[in-house]
Amino acid sequence: MARLTITGLTKAFAAFRALDDVTLEVGDGEFVAILGPSGCGKTTLLRQVAGFDRPDAGRIEIGERVVSSVARHVPPEERRIGIVFQSYALWPHMSVADNVAYGLTVTGVRDPERARRVKDALALVELDGFASRRPANLSGGQRQRVALARCLVTEPSLVLLDEPLANLDVHLRASMEREFARFHARTGTTMIYITHDQAEAMALADRIAVMDKGRVLQYATPSLLYREPADATVARFIGEGIVLPVTVAAVHGDGTCDIVAFGATTRMRCAPRGVERGPASACVRAAGLRIVEPGAPGVTMRTTGVIYQGGHFRIEGVVESAPAIALHLHVEEPCALAEGSRVTVAVDDGWVIPAAALG
Amino acid sequence: MANAPGVRGRFEDYALLWLLTAVIAVLSAVPLARLVLEAVRPGGVFSLDAIRRVLESATTWSATGHSLVVAVGGTLLAVTIGGLVALAVTLTDIRARNAFVFVFVMPLLLAPQVVALAWIQMFGPSSALLKMLGIAPPLGTPNPLYSPGGIVLVLGVQYSPLVFLTLRAGLRALPQELIEAALAGGARPRTVVRSIVVPLMTPPLLAGVALCFVSCLGNFGIPALLGIPGNYLVLPTLIYQRLAGLGPDALSQVAVLSVLIGLIAMVGIVVQDAMLARRDFRTTTATVEARAFELKRWRPFVEGALWTLSFLTLMLPLVALVTMSLVPALGVPLTAKTATLDSYRFVLFMHAASHRAFVNSFSMAAVAAVMIVVIAVPLAYFLVWRRSRLLHAVSLVTEAPYALPGVVVGIAAILLFLKPLPIVGITLYNTIWIILFCYVARFLALGLRPVVSGYHQLDRTLEEAAQIAGARLFRRLATVILPLVAPAAAAGALLIFLTAFNELTVSALLWSTGAETLGVVFFSFQQGGDTNYASALGVLTICVSVLLMLSTILLVGRLPRGVLPWRD
Repeated sequence: MARLTITGLTKAFAAFRALDDVTLEVGDGEFVAILGPSGCGKTTLLRQVAGFDRPDAGRIEIGERVVSSVARHVPPEERRIGIVFQSYALWPHMSVADNVAYGLTVTGVRDPERARRVKDALALVELDGFASRRPANLSGGQRQRVALARCLVTEPSLVLLDEPLANLDVHLRASMEREFARFHARTGTTMIYITHDQAEAMALADRIAVMDKGRVLQYATPSLLYREPADATVARFIGEGIVLPVTVAAVHGDGTCDIVAFGATTRMRCAPRGVERGPASACVRAAGLRIVEPGAPGVTMRTTGVIYQGGHFRIEGVVESAPAIALHLHVEEPCALAEGSRVTVAVDDGWVIPAAALG
Repeated sequence: MANAPGVRGRFEDYALLWLLTAVIAVLSAVPLARLVLEAVRPGGVFSLDAIRRVLESATTWSATGHSLVVAVGGTLLAVTIGGLVALAVTLTDIRARNAFVFVFVMPLLLAPQVVALAWIQMFGPSSALLKMLGIAPPLGTPNPLYSPGGIVLVLGVQYSPLVFLTLRAGLRALPQELIEAALAGGARPRTVVRSIVVPLMTPPLLAGVALCFVSCLGNFGIPALLGIPGNYLVLPTLIYQRLAGLGPDALSQVAVLSVLIGLIAMVGIVVQDAMLARRDFRTTTATVEARAFELKRWRPFVEGALWTLSFLTLMLPLVALVTMSLVPALGVPLTAKTATLDSYRFVLFMHAASHRAFVNSFSMAAVAAVMIVVIAVPLAYFLVWRRSRLLHAVSLVTEAPYALPGVVVGIAAILLFLKPLPIVGITLYNTIWIILFCYVARFLALGLRPVVSGYHQLDRTLEEAAQIAGARLFRRLATVILPLVAPAAAAGALLIFLTAFNELTVSALLWSTGAETLGVVFFSFQQGGDTNYASALGVLTICVSVLLMLSTILLVGRLPRGVLPWRD
């Protein structure tokens, strides 16, 4: 019923392609994050799903119903979805209860049914007793919850959250994050969460769609995104991945292969199909790199920075034979390394990026 | 609903859009078209006779010449006063700035004909003030204000706030760094003003000049009080006299005269538009203001000069007017023995036409303000948020009746409503409704501007949230948008009320018995020599205006900056 299906959605503003052939399927009750840097098209996508803009090509279906296509456009007020806006968009001239009740009033729900549902919605976000307050007299976190209650009181089939935590301080973010997760578990509503913060997306979402330049680069579970990035952009964007030029020496049938990186041979994970011998790119992460004894097999790195991060040091450096390639890894305290020193780094774990996305 | 999504929503959109387009067409495009048509097709037959007769008449050209003389003279004076005051108030650290701005801008919101009478009372042999002080010139001495110079003086004072406001908005938008960079480069404040501020202020200054020129050109009250006694006619007073003397028979001629003054005004409007690039002259987006130059020991002198200016140009004339309103008859000096409230008693309680005029002016100003808000709120919605191209084109037309001289709108309305309306068969001519129509047409632009500013300051997601909640356009307008733009709309309504309440130009052409306005009654008192009654009526209207302006203190903090000219 509340499935969201986006097929080939394209939207251009003059010559700029804000959405470029976006295809995405969100299952009933799923929590999906749309992740990307600002300007990647995620807000344009949200406005398309909400119905504020019309597509140039492609189609959006909510449940079985086509809501957006070139020929057909269901206006936002008839889509029966909910949005939590980044600015919360609470109406300053109405009380908390009136804000929450608005969607019910509009659709013809009357007291006592309306009053009961408003009360329930406020209880759900733990704001009982705030009904008669004005939004101006609430804290940021409380406003956030009012916005959530307002959006959920009409029991929408689909809820869109537009960077809902962007305006909150760090402490509040963490607690609201937990709240969203609890909330999703309790209501089972399909949720689309727009964010540029990957920690948020990883913590909350069942699946994440990584967007860049109007395209969906990869749509997968957080763990898969981290472990098996589909291309170099995703690899670099998620978890500060390092992309190394490597040569695949041998492919094993079990999803691993032998690769040669800067003269050192090591074993890496790879897709069961589609990886062939020859040049490739691999994604490695700080956790998969380790400093070893000089002379042991590994990559020679010249350190360019030693930064204390509480309990451990972050070591930054470049590959000595290819100074354009930057590496970083963590070393436990104590650490005697100095800037400019030369160390050997072993690659314990890595992922060969599928050849289709070489770069 | 599943078969035809959004049908009702789209219907509301289109219905409102076309209704607004039709309303604006009726308010501005149709009357102006009718006026131009009358000039070339008098009585429905194509003929250039009316044009030829008007253009051959020497009176036409002397009035046009006079109009240009007083408009140019008044503009020069207004630019001098307004420009210097704007520089002093904006760029220096004078104290009590808000109070001064309030007082300096006030004449703009008062009735020009009342201001003119106040000035008349400062000079001349019959001035009650001069008599009281014992310095009145001997009887028979002509009042020096009954002259082109007098008209220029009062026009210049009346409209110097226009230049002040335009320039002040421009100065506020001036990036602070430009001044600081020059100071850091070692320039003295005087050099900075000459080499940085003045050159950058050329566009707003020219816009202010153009606006001021059009206002001086179209003003009726001041040349009517100061010019008619000396038979110094300008175009608006000529049109008034022609129409008053000959009645509707002279319509073709006055239509041509109206087109003539409209064309002269267009030159000013085009210049102003080009300079401001259609920016609202009262709003400014700059949040950081240029740091004020410290005047140090010169500060008391500058402050003294500013307050002396407003004492001479506002307070002294008002004192003269109040003095006149307290004497029993023209020529009697004011003493403790002669002072009387009889004039007030007369205009308030005994004179039936004054009584009607209070009711008429009050109710018409209020109804016009409410109607304009009702039109402006949805209109601004389509202009600002929907960026409707149709309405954008249409909105250019809404500016015309406000920008063009009032006589143009008045004559156009007569032509449009002289005959009974088709289908319904009702005649609006010689009723109060024709005046109300002109007020709504003429002041729509005045009310639209603050509402547009209000929308610009509003976060559109507030509307989108209501849309997502399922509210269609009408409901969103009523429950979410209107309450949020209400403060700005109230400011616009107040501006309209003040302007309509003090209006004379249009009602002088359109009034009839039973449909008098305060301006008309004031004017006929003055024409009939009942100066003390006119003064009392004038003082009462000033009191109402000032009280309303002061009442805006209640709206503090809820208004977009710059929508009310007298609020700094």
